[in-house]
Amino acid sequence: MLDNLLLFFQYPPLAIDVILNGLLIGAIFALAAYGMALVWGVLNIVNVVQGELVVLGGYVTFLLVQSGMPPLLGLPVSAVVMFCVGWLIYRAVIFRVVDKDIFISILATFGLSILIQQLANLLFGSEVRTVDAELGSLHLLGGTVTLAWIKILAFGLALVAGAVLWLFLRHARLGQAIRATAQNPRAARILGIDTDRVYAMTYALNAALCGAAGSLAVMAWTIHPYVGLPYTVRSFMVVVVAGVGNVAGVIAAGLGLGALENAAGFIFGVEFQIAFVFALMVAILVWRNARAARKRSHLQ
Amino acid sequence: MMKGFVTGLFLGVALVWAGAASADEAGTIRLGAAVSLTGKYSSNGAFTRNGYDLAVKRINEEGGVTVAGKTYKLEVVYYDDESTPARGAQLVERLIQQDGVKYLLGPYSSGLTEAIAPVTEKYGVPMVEANGAAVSLFRKGYRYLFAVLSTTDQYLRGAVELAANVNEDPSKLRVAMAFENDPFSQDVREGVMEDAAKFGMKIVIDDKLPPELNDMSATLSKAKVLKPDLLLVSGHDKGAALVVRQLADQRVDVPMLAITHCDSAQIAEKFGKIAEYTLCAAQWASTLKYSDALFGSAADYATLYEETYGHAAPYQAAESSAAVQVFADAFERAGSLEPDAVRDALAETDIKTFYGPVKFDETGKNMSKPTVLFQVQDGKYVVVYPQAFAEAEVRWPTPSWSAR
Amino acid sequence: MSRVNDWHIMAALALFGIAAPFLLPGLVTQLAFLWLMVVFALTWDMLGGRMGYNSFGNIVFFGIGCYAAAVLQRDAGLPYFEGLALGLAVGAVLAVLAAIVFGAALLGIRGHYFAIGTLGLGIAAGEIASGWRYVGAGSGLALPLYPGDLGSREFFFCYSLFALAALCFLTCRWLYGTRFGLALNAIRDDQDKADAMGLRTTRIKIFAWSVSAFFLGISGGLAANMIGFIDPRDVAFAGATFGVWMVLMAILGGKGTLWGPVLGAFVFHVTQELFWTYLLGWQRVALGLLIVVIVVFFPQGIMGWLAERRERRGTAA
Repeated sequence: MLDNLLLFFQYPPLAIDVILNGLLIGAIFALAAYGMALVWGVLNIVNVVQGELVVLGGYVTFLLVQSGMPPLLGLPVSAVVMFCVGWLIYRAVIFRVVDKDIFISILATFGLSILIQQLANLLFGSEVRTVDAELGSLHLLGGTVTLAWIKILAFGLALVAGAVLWLFLRHARLGQAIRATAQNPRAARILGIDTDRVYAMTYALNAALCGAAGSLAVMAWTIHPYVGLPYTVRSFMVVVVAGVGNVAGVIAAGLGLGALENAAGFIFGVEFQIAFVFALMVAILVWRNARAARKRSHLQ
Repeated sequence: MMKGFVTGLFLGVALVWAGAASADEAGTIRLGAAVSLTGKYSSNGAFTRNGYDLAVKRINEEGGVTVAGKTYKLEVVYYDDESTPARGAQLVERLIQQDGVKYLLGPYSSGLTEAIAPVTEKYGVPMVEANGAAVSLFRKGYRYLFAVLSTTDQYLRGAVELAANVNEDPSKLRVAMAFENDPFSQDVREGVMEDAAKFGMKIVIDDKLPPELNDMSATLSKAKVLKPDLLLVSGHDKGAALVVRQLADQRVDVPMLAITHCDSAQIAEKFGKIAEYTLCAAQWASTLKYSDALFGSAADYATLYEETYGHAAPYQAAESSAAVQVFADAFERAGSLEPDAVRDALAETDIKTFYGPVKFDETGKNMSKPTVLFQVQDGKYVVVYPQAFAEAEVRWPTPSWSAR
Repeated sequence: MSRVNDWHIMAALALFGIAAPFLLPGLVTQLAFLWLMVVFALTWDMLGGRMGYNSFGNIVFFGIGCYAAAVLQRDAGLPYFEGLALGLAVGAVLAVLAAIVFGAALLGIRGHYFAIGTLGLGIAAGEIASGWRYVGAGSGLALPLYPGDLGSREFFFCYSLFALAALCFLTCRWLYGTRFGLALNAIRDDQDKADAMGLRTTRIKIFAWSVSAFFLGISGGLAANMIGFIDPRDVAFAGATFGVWMVLMAILGGKGTLWGPVLGAFVFHVTQELFWTYLLGWQRVALGLLIVVIVVFFPQGIMGWLAERRERRGTAA
């Protein structure tokens, strides 16, 4: 562990490399997490099937490239296809659990996730899949810092998607309806908002964002049917830290998580990378709780 | 009323369950097998199953197995172990007690083999396995366990030896390792550690990749500045695909890269140019000069496999096929279907197969077949080590990315 | 119609538990897993159903039990059964200690954040175990071989787990009848009011979690020996399988009821085994579908559904 820290001092650009790569990894998590924050905030559903939506998005891009299309075209196509898939999932299952206890929705989406995992295994095969976007890498500081262009693209896209989402929620008609429904679905219904349609659109939008994230994931890394869980868990964590319905918070938390995770993996050894992140999450929750308790006792 | 209903439900459920037993059939020998059809090992589990099926099909086409004058067809009873050892205990009981299976083919993964072996041992059920060869399995004195493959620690020893051969002073070599944190890869690591110590090499990176990992940049960044002479990676198909991918993305220059599972991950086919120079540890390669009466040569096997399943034959499938051949041979020599007679015949096995020679030592591992290293050269897997099997010279050192 | 009461069902189940291994000799290990599932569902329900604290982290106590037994049996140098007994005892104690420590930290968190915190705990525990050399790290640990006769191993673990499940059930049944049971419900219904009434809610919550942890710790040691090999993520801290099944079984049967978790465990385990046996390669699709159907159409569980039906019939008559 100490050796690893020393490396940072011996090769200062290395720290930049680790942190920058972490930020770029975080961008893909952030992209997957926007949707989770939205669905959680609006439908009050913790969408455990998030990671599988990402993986499906990746398969859409993979199949497209297999049939001879350019990889980058996969990005919009995955988003559109997953939008439809999301809408279907809403119509089939999600609308039945919207007004139920949040725990019911966790289990329902967990059921969906193992179902989709095995369906993907049967449909697309269990092999590890990847797509080369042939974008190459960017080299800085004499080659010590190397950033794959596809990850830089992901980073840019995550920022743009965040900004667009923010503007959309603020100014677009549907965006306003989504916010109104999130605040008070009954009042929204009274005002003539078709909340069921808003829910469907929100869920479909979530799936579309996941699709884009999956498309980037298959180009930057690899996918296979059982790789969804890390995405679900990371998105979940990002949303927990950022709070629901907070677009700027999600991007900050996503990037931070990526950088922290990568740095932790570097310093403590990769075998403790995930343990560190989750221990940190538990610590944050405990700390927030303790602070809230102190505040409560002040009020008394 | 309600309580009555509940009791009824309990009873009904128990009855349905009890009815799940099945009968045996005359004229066939049933082999039981647990394979990973779902979960993290599902791709290699599928190769294992393909290998078993192909051999069973060929043997039955050729008239089956003759035991004491009577011919039998082979049949495999499959269960899905879901890639978790938690299924092990149930599986064996199901196969042995419910399905009346008297011989087992091995599962995929060392963990599951560890969970199953003590139970088969107890029941005296011979198991020939092809995909789980942790060294620790052969230290426990199991009598009914036979492995056609070389033990796991052998995988990357060849790479360490090769590095020691091509470099002038092996004791100056710096080795970086990134092995998945699972029983298989950690066993590979043990072998490497032992050999590296023997040559006096220095380990500069020793990372354990978590199975959920989808990015290796933390490890590779380290490799970038520490400049090891040899990078060793083992993490099933995903690890193989990731390291080839990200080494190129991050432009990390290593003179020698050796990994496991590259033929099952199909790195040459999927990655093209960037996979060049990669050394791959394998139990078998289709270019080796082995042959037998059932499949013909190793190359014939590869052709048949590709015709049947539509992709190149990975060694996981080849060794699985060989396991079935070993059983067939033992049945015929035993002249009886008594598990103990079959066990003794297995122990005496000394055959040549398309997969290589099979002859077990007293611990049950196949001592006569070496592991090989092949290298991706111009998009093909070419055996480069050991010398006796090499088809071509190893291409070393790997040029830097700026020169490729 | 004669009244069937709790005692009749318990007697029938006890009979089933004792006789079943002889009647179904090919299914003894699966029966043992059934009793394990009953323990899982009952211990989860104590917090999730009775107290309203939905935990995704109970698997931690199971994992601690697994590792305690495995490490002690490896290092203590005792004969098999003595080692196992010591392992179980230490596992139970460590699990209870862990429940007290984690409980003090986490049980103050309410609602979804408690579920999330416990989920994080479960995942972190598995990852730490798989990085820790002393407990075998990612290579896992093999347990010592059972020394008894052929076939006796299955019987031993089946009856041990049956005894544990029975003990766990009786403990729950007794506890829910006391003031403690009422206190749990009070916390679920309105924690602030329970506080205001002078209940020491924190202490009660920690005690409840400790009881869960006690049984889970023992079950972990037994299960580890039965499975024979523990892998940190796939067996000991198997959050994505055992960890979620606990919750599912309790909900399927009807959470917050005495018989619900038991019934849920029976139905879930048997269905899952049937899927696994007859739908090779498709069993997870079927299981996923089943889970969706369960929680979408029977969120009240079988017991809740039955109660509703009876009520409706009552008003109709």
